Amino acid sequence: MYQRYDAVIVGAGGAGLMAALNLAGHGHVAVISKLYPIRSHTGAAQGGIGAALGNLEEDHWEWHMFDTVKGGDYLADQDAVEILCREAVETVYELEHWGLPFSRTPDGKIAQRPFGGHTREYGKAPVRRSCYAADRTGHMILQTLYQQGIKNQVHFYNEFHLLDLLIEQGRCAGVVALCLATGEIYTFHAKAVILATGGCGRIYRVTSNALALTGDGMAVALRRGIPLEDMEFFQFHPTGIYKLGILLSEAARGEGGILRNRDGERFMQRYAPTLLDLAPRDMVSRAIYREVQQGRGIDGKNYVHLDVRHLGSEVLDQKLPDITDFVRTYLGIDPLREPVPVQPTAHYAMGGLPTDLEGRVVIDEKNTPLPGLYAAGEVACVSVHGANRLGTNSLVDILVFGRRAGRHAGKYIEENDWVPLPPSPDGPAQDLVNQLLSGNGNERAAAIRDTLQDEMMDKAGVFREAKGLEAMQQKLRELRQRYRQVKVEDRGRKYNTELLEVIELGGMIEISEALVAGALARQESRGAHSREDFPKRDDPGWLKHSLAYQTPKGIELKFKPVTITKFEPKERKY
Amino acid sequence: MKVTLKIRRFNPEKDEKPWWGEYEVEAEPTERLLDALNYVKWYVDGTLTYRRSCAHGVCGSDAMLINGRNALACKVLLKSVGNKVTVEPMRGLRVIKDLLVDLEPFFEKYKQVKPYLITHSLTPEKERMQSPKEREVFDDTTRCILCAACTTSCPSFWANPEYVGPAAIVNAHRFIFDSRDEGREERLEILNSSDGVWRCRTIFNCVDACPRGINVTRAIGEVKKALLFRKV
Repeated sequence: MYQRYDAVIVGAGGAGLMAALNLAGHGHVAVISKLYPIRSHTGAAQGGIGAALGNLEEDHWEWHMFDTVKGGDYLADQDAVEILCREAVETVYELEHWGLPFSRTPDGKIAQRPFGGHTREYGKAPVRRSCYAADRTGHMILQTLYQQGIKNQVHFYNEFHLLDLLIEQGRCAGVVALCLATGEIYTFHAKAVILATGGCGRIYRVTSNALALTGDGMAVALRRGIPLEDMEFFQFHPTGIYKLGILLSEAARGEGGILRNRDGERFMQRYAPTLLDLAPRDMVSRAIYREVQQGRGIDGKNYVHLDVRHLGSEVLDQKLPDITDFVRTYLGIDPLREPVPVQPTAHYAMGGLPTDLEGRVVIDEKNTPLPGLYAAGEVACVSVHGANRLGTNSLVDILVFGRRAGRHAGKYIEENDWVPLPPSPDGPAQDLVNQLLSGNGNERAAAIRDTLQDEMMDKAGVFREAKGLEAMQQKLRELRQRYRQVKVEDRGRKYNTELLEVIELGGMIEISEALVAGALARQESRGAHSREDFPKRDDPGWLKHSLAYQTPKGIELKFKPVTITKFEPKERKY
Repeated sequence: MKVTLKIRRFNPEKDEKPWWGEYEVEAEPTERLLDALNYVKWYVDGTLTYRRSCAHGVCGSDAMLINGRNALACKVLLKSVGNKVTVEPMRGLRVIKDLLVDLEPFFEKYKQVKPYLITHSLTPEKERMQSPKEREVFDDTTRCILCAACTTSCPSFWANPEYVGPAAIVNAHRFIFDSRDEGREERLEILNSSDGVWRCRTIFNCVDACPRGINVTRAIGEVKKALLFRKV
């Protein structure tokens, strides 16, 4: 099937929808999405969206910018962070104007609450900056954007899976996707493509990420010679439900929840005396691991307690109703009466496709754009999160840079023509699907995936060292071999979700290769990347972004400088 | 524990009619029904087909008929279903493959009620004001995740597929009772038809089915009341 559009957006979470809304009216635009848009993972975000509205106390975007830069351990590009924090304010008002039902202050303004790493006056004390709708802020953002999409008659291709990215004459020419309902392969010929496919948390065993978060956009781009930036930085959220990984929002601590070890001690006092439980996520996750290592996990096991008993039923029911429900449903305990078992859970890829301030994908150390190709949201790396993202900033990122990508692409499609398609544009995708559907291998995809997730958790998780990472590289070579023998039992064309999962798995292995190569090369500890064998941050050696390229010889790394404007790197203490 | 899953299977590419597949799964009582379905798909029969994504009750992908009642497979723990559980697709929508149904008609109905804020007055520079009390009035209906569990549990919907259904009314309610919205009249008019709210016979199946605990029947009642008492 051949379709032609001015622009195609891949992914219908916050970034994709925001891009679509800003492109609407500029041309013939389609959004293709693996899920129904309303199922996207933006909807799982809970605690809020950060913006210095100052509704409850003094606040400034410069403070927000400082917190974001420091939270990211000075690896973020500060020109991008400035845009993020300035435009956050108008973005939140725009959402409100579109109908987002924010929680309200007594005088009717948008309610705000404290969140990890967000401070007043450059680190003095926590500040109320997170704008929220109970603890389902992401749900309300996703719904509001989708509603605007309906109002603006955005054209959706629901349940289409991205298979390939078309590049011709050094420019983007479109994408190839699988229609799940019919099994047909579609070629979308487009002047501009915006990738907004989200993250890849499913490469880890314990994760807050949806089953759909398999890094499809990252994998497809990587195969087409586009690098992935800073993949070694993967955030583990400190409070996932024990074993399940389901997220319990930082809002629980923002509202006053406390982390305790087996002795009932508020151990964050020892790790971050000023911000305590509201220190950035990388620090809290490491603190939990250290407590466990030193035998202070609950019952000697690998979890600690999140204690919200003292918050009372009103706060839990009014401000944290969803996570209260999760605890009751999945643990069978009442958080009013018992502390909640939690452990760090793989949550967010700081890395992704390198982009400039307009959301254009750039492909080398000199930030040369690939004309017509854009990326926004978790699939991208602007980089605003640096080595560790602050809570609430992912929602700001998807909206601010989704909009910028949409706007720039809007201009681009007015000024440019279609690039001719490469010969047989859907050939590689057809070959891939036919090969999988006719193969006679005997490896179960699930067994390969289980090994990948367990090993990544163990060797490329919160703490890393050379020995484990080298072993992981070996493991990935084995998994690649096994994947060549993968079997697909379902030979049908219609809604072949098994085929879909097998295709996803191939990409997950390749993304992991990029992540591990970056982690092994980076001989320092910065933000979420913590090397046991190199425990200190090394600015002279490593204040730089990594770029991982896939080559026939394996992953090759290049590096590019960090943009520093307002805040010189300092030691990071809370 | 050992659980036997009895799953209604149907693949129109090869089956003439639906059949029951039985699968025995060894699992922890605290695991989700979705985990058991995943186990079957991943380790027993790769052709088993259903939708799923977030696996914790917020994306709305995996609504299905579980032991005769609509629920999300990721919010049902195995210990609550016993050693044998029957799993079927939701009723009232066309079955495409196994547990996966055609959701297009469902989303079409959602779109019919104009599910977006309608305003004509000038947009302020900052936020529109809304008191916590005004916000509270429609809080319950903002929780909807469009999983279709309510609509496909409704006998009025089974009897008349033209009925807009509880999910669409819940989403209309979310705007009708939002103090910022100015589209109340046009939305009420859409629902003031024989296929609108009046087809609701207050059977309460929807309340029972909602995985978000929304009091759906009350919301529909409030919309009916708004229609009866509205200024003409």
